[in-house]
Order: sequence, then structure tokens, then C-alpha cells
Amino acid sequence: MLTRWIATPVSALALIVTAACGGGTAANNGAPDANKTVQINGAGATFPAPIYSKWFADYAKAHPDVAINYQPIGSGGGVRQLTAQTVFFGASDSPMTDEQLKAAPGPVLHVPMVLGADVPVYNLAGITDLKFTGPLLADIYLGKIKKWNDAAIATLNPGVKLPATDIAVAHRSDASGTTFIWVDFLSKVSPEWKMTVGASAAVNWPVGVGGKGNDGVAGIVSQTPGAIGYVELTYALQNDIAFGSVQNAAGEFVKASPDAVSKAAAGATIPDDFRVSITNAPGAGAYPISSFTWLLLYQQPSDTQRAKLMVDFARWALTEGQKYAAGLHYAPVPDSVVQRELTALATIKVS
Amino acid sequence: MKGDLRFRLAIGTIAMLLVVLVAAIGAELTRQSWLSIEKFGLRFWTTRTWDPVAGTFGALPFIWGTLYSSILALLIATPIALGIAVSISELSPGWLKNPLVFLTELLAAIPSIVYGLWGIFVLVPLVRQLELHTPEALKALPLFTGPPFGIGMLSAALILAVMVIPFTSAIAREVLKTVPAAQREAAYALGATRFEAIRAAMFFARTGIVGAVMLGFGRALGETMAVTMVIGNSPQVTTSLFAQQHTMAAVIANEFTEATDDLYLHALIEIGLVLFIITLIVNAASRVLIWAMSRTGTARAVAAPRVAAAARA
Repeated sequence: MLTRWIATPVSALALIVTAACGGGTAANNGAPDANKTVQINGAGATFPAPIYSKWFADYAKAHPDVAINYQPIGSGGGVRQLTAQTVFFGASDSPMTDEQLKAAPGPVLHVPMVLGADVPVYNLAGITDLKFTGPLLADIYLGKIKKWNDAAIATLNPGVKLPATDIAVAHRSDASGTTFIWVDFLSKVSPEWKMTVGASAAVNWPVGVGGKGNDGVAGIVSQTPGAIGYVELTYALQNDIAFGSVQNAAGEFVKASPDAVSKAAAGATIPDDFRVSITNAPGAGAYPISSFTWLLLYQQPSDTQRAKLMVDFARWALTEGQKYAAGLHYAPVPDSVVQRELTALATIKVS
Repeated sequence: MKGDLRFRLAIGTIAMLLVVLVAAIGAELTRQSWLSIEKFGLRFWTTRTWDPVAGTFGALPFIWGTLYSSILALLIATPIALGIAVSISELSPGWLKNPLVFLTELLAAIPSIVYGLWGIFVLVPLVRQLELHTPEALKALPLFTGPPFGIGMLSAALILAVMVIPFTSAIAREVLKTVPAAQREAAYALGATRFEAIRAAMFFARTGIVGAVMLGFGRALGETMAVTMVIGNSPQVTTSLFAQQHTMAAVIANEFTEATDDLYLHALIEIGLVLFIITLIVNAASRVLIWAMSRTGTARAVAAPRVAAAARA
């Protein structure tokens, strides 16, 4: 009787301890066994998770010796886990800052994998194709333009009967890469936005309601007459949500599409480390609120066998894998950039 | 005898583990939020700016939003929950009791994300209609200012109230069940009406009922998902029920995954520490309240500990 009383809680404790340790060892990549499938663990951004899962699954079919696990825990978590070396690779919607790179135990290569974009969505009965400029969006999000029939909106949209209702601003409440792209664009086109708010995955919003996730923002906009918000292009296309066009750096009004987003990447000047914001990119037909999403790899990893497998995968994803992008509503990376990335991937130390 | 000692040691160790665990959580939260504690000190509790770009963090709007929404929820939920408990334990005929118990407990089993979705699609449009039709005279009051979004404090408080009701009513019901039948019979014998007899039973069970209410409060303080979906997530300190506000649990859930720089992360963890401290204070306060109530109770309640003490001696 007595032993049973003691044994039950003790074995329960033992179970908990084993479970905790199990979690720890799963994250550490043990020495790979030549005969078995090699596990490679990664973590990071949620935005590219659908195409990453598709890539990893398809790649594993052709290469049964490698299994890549990806946990979409958010860009911030991806960078932290990469720095702590609890995962082999990271992924992020915004490039690592100089400070973060300094904190990492070795040099990190940024590999742009696909492109995404933000689109402005709004709820005005009967009005389907509004035009926006960057400064106009910034003024709306600063709370300076409060009514839909404001002269700034009316002159851009001649012939559209704009109501005299209040503009209800909606933004993301959760920190996200989507917000980063949006406010990064606003910072580039509006000095006042740059001064008072700035760019980050979460900011101190001057006005507006926060919705959780793309669906939260889309929900607020669709239910609130006179609302404006922003969602990912992939989300808007998948859910058939109407959105407005935005003026690009060349002065054209461009409606977002995977093609227009790829043009933004082709038009932008891209440095050798690929850490670049391509919002408000120059070039004809470029959609201005676009961004890369990056895979983060150590350039001198201690585990060169896994590094080789990962580099092989990245080459495949950047060449053959790009054809999956359109089906999932992502924009493929333009060829000119892919060629430079393939050269950069060759600098990673592999066995 | 020897077996007794071993048993006592084993149980004691397990009980101590719990204390160690709570202390360890507190210590770890403090360690992980050290940068923020060092930089902002007590200002963290009293300032209102939450600006991840500039690296300025103040938790006041989140503390306010958490306490305000929870207290509002409690004000709405407590009368309803006690009403349910009394009606089930004292008034309902036997055939109605079980279905009622089952249905209120079902409310507790619904995941909070489902409450959140229901909030967005059903409750928020209703609240928006209510806000649109609020008389102008009322809008002058600080409780009802702001544009009619539907999303905001009122929706959050209502949804929290629905989530709290099953907890409070289930415990209040169990507590009322423990009131000896003799109490009610004595009340009736003295010529009490049904209402007076129920009041006597509730007075007898008051410490348990306060416990039930405090459990509901604790539930409301920590609720994250359903609240963040309907509260509007805008950190501001205002008494307006129509305004968008924010809570501590919601800001952690919203921003933790993408918090990249250290100070930001530490500030978010300090919000967790603040929530931890506030929960401790609320729990301690409810203990004190229960203790004070049981002290000023009936002769029986006063006598019971004395008898127990005498028995131990």
C-alpha cells in the first residue's frame, strides 16, 4: 500500500522529467547516422510556412535520406533559436539587424526564398477599385485624414462617389512580418511616419483597431462600414477579397499580383548580403509594398554534412521549387536574383 | 508508525515541490525580464507608452485593461452565476436539475478560440448595433464615448462574463449543496419564507461563495484568446466601454513570437511577471477576505477551530 502511494507520484515526476529532456535532445541535432534519414530542424516565420511545408514534403519524396522539420513559430523566435543554435536553420520575414548578426556565433547568410506583399483592403459599399498613394496611406494611418471624401482621396479617384463617413483604421494586433512590410513602406514614403512611428514588426499605432492575424483584420474590415486595413496578398487572393491599387515609385498605380511583386524584386538594387527592403522599389510595373522572406543559414557550420543537404535543398527550392510559388499565391524570386543566390550558397562550408 | 512517517515525508516533499515551483517561476520571470526591470524600474507600472520601435515600454494600459475587463466581467457574471446556482440547488424540480447542470458545465468546456469566433461574428455586430443606438445624452458620459466599432471593452467584458459563469455557478452550487438540511428546516420552522430560507443558506455558505467568485476573477484575469479577438488591442487607459483596449495576457500572446530585440523581449516577460504578481495579490486578498468573513461568522464557525485545536492538544 505504502509503496504504491509513493511510487505513483514519483513515476509521474519521472515521466515529466523524461518528457522535458526528450524535448531538449530533439532540438539538438545529434551526430547524423550515415544509414538513416538525416533530420534537419528549422524554425521561424509563419508567412512562408505553407510553401516551405510543400517544398520539404516534395523534396523528402525525391530524397528519402533527408527530412526537414520546420516549426512556424514567428520570425523573432526563428532568429533567437538560430542564434542559440537550437535549430540548424532559421527563417525570417525581416532581415537580421547588425546587432543580431553580431550576437550570432558565426556569420549568417540570408537567402531570399519567395516574395510576399501587403494590399490595402476597405469596406465602402459599391466602390471596388480605389487608388492610393503611399503618402495618402501614411496620412490615413497617422489619423490626419479622417473622412473618405477628403480632397486627397477624391483627387486620386475622380468619378468615384466617396461617402462622407469616418475612416475606421484597422491594423494587426500581433507582431508580424506583414506589419513590418506595411510600416516599412510608410516610413519610406512619409517622413512624418518615419519620425513619429517608424518600422518594426509591431509599432505604437497612432490610431486604429488591432485585429489578430490576417483573418482578424479582414474580419474587422468586412464588418465595419468605412474601414480600411491591410492583409497579405496571398490571404486576399485565397479569400477573394477586393483590394485597392497603390502608386509605385515610377508613378504608376499598380494592383498587386505575383507578377507585379516579382517585378519589384527585379527592379530593386540588391546588395551582396541580400539584406534589403524592396518596398517602394523602382521599375515599371513594380508593386511597392513587397518584400522577400529569407532562409537563414550559418556560413561556417560545425555540422558540414547537414549543411551540404541544406544547401542542396536551397538550390532545388530556388530553381525547380519556384514553380510551386504561383499555385500558393506567392511571387517567385526573379531569375537575376536567383543566379546571385546560387553563387552565394556556394560560399557555405560543406563536406 | 514508521510507515506513517514515510508517508508524511513523501507527501510533504510533494507539497514543498509546489512551493518551490511557484518560487522558481517568479525567479525565472525576474531573471528573464531583468533588462527591462533595470531600465524602467517602477515606471514600468505607471507609464503608458508601448513603443517597440523606440524601445520605450510602460505596462499601465495593459494592467488597466486586464483589471477593468475582469472586474466588469465579474459584475455581470456574479449575479447570473449565483442565480443559476440557487435555482439549480434550491428551486428547480428534480427533472430539470441535471439538464441545467449539464448545460452550464458545457459552457466551461467550449475552447476559448470558439468563444472568440462567436464574439467576432455574433456578439460584436450586436454590440455595434447597441452602440449605434446609444442615446446622445448617454454618450456624454465617460462610459460611452468613442466611435461605434463593436470591438472594444464592452464586447470583451461580455464574452469574459459568459466564460466565467460556469466556473462560479458550479462551485457556488456545490457549496450550497453542503449546507446541512437542518439549516433550511430550522429557518422554515421559525416561519421563514422561501426567500429568507435561501438567504440563510447563502449566508451559511458565504465563504465558499466568495471563493467561487474569486475563482471566476482569476479565470477572467488570465483569459487570452477570446479577449484579444474582440477587445481591439489598442493600449490606452480609458473608462469608455466602447473604446478599444488591451490586456496583459493578450499583448504577450500577440507580440512574443516576433519580439526580436532583447529589451522588447524582456519587457514582454516583465508583463508576465506583473500578471503573476497581480494574480498573487488577488489570491492573497481573497484568502484574507474569506478569513475575515469566517471569523465574524456564527458561533459555530468560531467554535470549530477551537474544538479542533483542543483535539490536537
